[in-house]
Amino acid sequence: MPMKTRFVTKLWGVAFAAAVAFFAAIGVFSAAVAAERPPCAVPDNLLFSGSRLNYVSAAIAGQRKLTIAVVGTGSSALAGPDGPPSAYPARLEAALTQRLSGASVKVVPLVRSRQTGDVLAKGMAKLLSDEKPDLVIWQAGTIDAMRRVDLDSFKNALEEGIDTIHKRKADVILMNMQYSPRTESVIPEAPYAEVMRVVALLRNVPLYDRLAIMRHWSEVGAFDFYAAGRDNVLAQRVHNCIGRTIAALIIDAGRLQLFELKAGQ
Amino acid sequence: MHAPAVTATGRDLRLDLFRGIALWLIFLDHIPSNAVSWVTIRNYGFSDATEIFIFISGYTAAFVYGRSMAERGFIVSSASILRRAWQIYVAHIFLFVIYVGEISYVASSFENPLYAEEMSILDFLKQPDQTMIQALLLKFRPVNMDVLPLYIVLLLLFSPALWLLQRGHAIALSASVALYVLAWKFGWNLPAYPEGDWYFNPFAWQLLFVFGAWCALGGAARLGSFLNSRITLGIALVYIAFSAFIALSWYLPGLSGFVPSWLEEVIYPIDKTNLDVLRLAHFLALAAVTVRFIPRSWQMLQSRLLEPAILCGQHSLEIFCMGVFLAFAGHFALVEISGALWMQVVISVAGILLMIATAALLSWYKGMEGRKAPMRPS
Repeated sequence: MPMKTRFVTKLWGVAFAAAVAFFAAIGVFSAAVAAERPPCAVPDNLLFSGSRLNYVSAAIAGQRKLTIAVVGTGSSALAGPDGPPSAYPARLEAALTQRLSGASVKVVPLVRSRQTGDVLAKGMAKLLSDEKPDLVIWQAGTIDAMRRVDLDSFKNALEEGIDTIHKRKADVILMNMQYSPRTESVIPEAPYAEVMRVVALLRNVPLYDRLAIMRHWSEVGAFDFYAAGRDNVLAQRVHNCIGRTIAALIIDAGRLQLFELKAGQ
Repeated sequence: MHAPAVTATGRDLRLDLFRGIALWLIFLDHIPSNAVSWVTIRNYGFSDATEIFIFISGYTAAFVYGRSMAERGFIVSSASILRRAWQIYVAHIFLFVIYVGEISYVASSFENPLYAEEMSILDFLKQPDQTMIQALLLKFRPVNMDVLPLYIVLLLLFSPALWLLQRGHAIALSASVALYVLAWKFGWNLPAYPEGDWYFNPFAWQLLFVFGAWCALGGAARLGSFLNSRITLGIALVYIAFSAFIALSWYLPGLSGFVPSWLEEVIYPIDKTNLDVLRLAHFLALAAVTVRFIPRSWQMLQSRLLEPAILCGQHSLEIFCMGVFLAFAGHFALVEISGALWMQVVISVAGILLMIATAALLSWYKGMEGRKAPMRPS
């Protein structure tokens, strides 16, 4: 083997070993971090943004009463007799009721299976006419990504829906799709998640980045989303964590810390 | 495996090098949830490896078929271009079959109630008639399988473009820009199945392909003094830095506070489907800086260190397909074996090594058949 070749081979070997060592170190580090965390923990930067929920602040400060509507598709519900009380809308209601002393919190799930953002946006006014919510959590993106709706139409639908909700004097939190590793090579989620990020930014509404948050839980080992379990155990634990983290987002963005029940009180 | 030299045909090894690297980056980006994809350029600017791949493909297509058209005429060269398009079509359908096999297996063993909604996407497996016909029509395309259909359409329309480029390069480039502008203005695109449009709009992306061809047919030389100017370099570097800052603000929330909202209004959304002007400009800036600092006679191009990337770039269709296949296989391994970080690293490294080995094998076959250094466009 000529000298130069040997040198280059060695160089590749060193580069490879360095790369392996680097990622092994990250692996050990993230495992160590995971060991110390409670299961629902999410880094602040994944959950909180500068956007505010002013109607929510007013509702709590005024009548101590908060009505939230969850508009979304199948992933906002769980099947079975124990489904509704363990799905995230109910878990959100429980978490907020527990954290906001003396406030009456109602979360109404308005789940419409298999509907695209466009259909939901067009029907938004009618959907909300009964409940008159202070806040709408709009879960979107999954069906649009599955049907590969044109990205521009998806963006327009989101903006139309948000404007409708704002006109009815309610705040909006956008929620994107679930992290679903098994279907990642079938559903092109990334461009739709990107549109939702941009719309949230342009309309100045909080985004509950379910995709990134669940991916974070997967990375730190809080949940195994690759598991093929057929029972509801994983789904219920995940929905519980989603409900609790949205509660934290609402308290932060609505500046409701003042109304929080302090530990030990 | 011997180092490919700059051949008598004048092949520019920089093209092979950067196309090889682009193929690796595309592979890394196509493995879902792959932490290693943090190294790829899409995280540090507006454009990504797709722009590099399409530009270089246009460049090499013009280089090879341009000579054939000058020497052997329009009919003969058009026939070889169409044969190339057909080969890519067959490769695409082959990959589609592998894809259906992979997801059928991954889906059949899975019934998690958390994902009841997402799993309903697999209903398309229950309608093979529609699915197969739409796939053959290139309207139904799996995730990350959008580049080859784009390439096919670009090649189908390449003969007249090449003919025009050889007669009036300025007219041809202007026509390409005009088509790009009209596609933006009127929303022209090809339809997809079950709904929506093509993820890479051929009417927009043709601009990059034609621009690559234009550069190959003397355009690069015409741009020489422009590319050597310090002002160009300065603007390019500033724009690359700006683009990197914006891209990092997507991942580092601390930075997004420094992006004023009027600027957000102007730049978002950055439209990949229609080759956003910001993406195009970012690619052009990267290209300008690259040709400035890496001359054609760069010594490293002959070194063994860069040979793996150059080899991959010289067999780009095969290696691209290999990358798509390996991304499916990687996803399969992540789902069925382990999705842990170490597994993502193993899959990424092993995938690139397999791509290199395949390219070396293809070169070996070619050497056996007694042909010269690669003359094919892709």
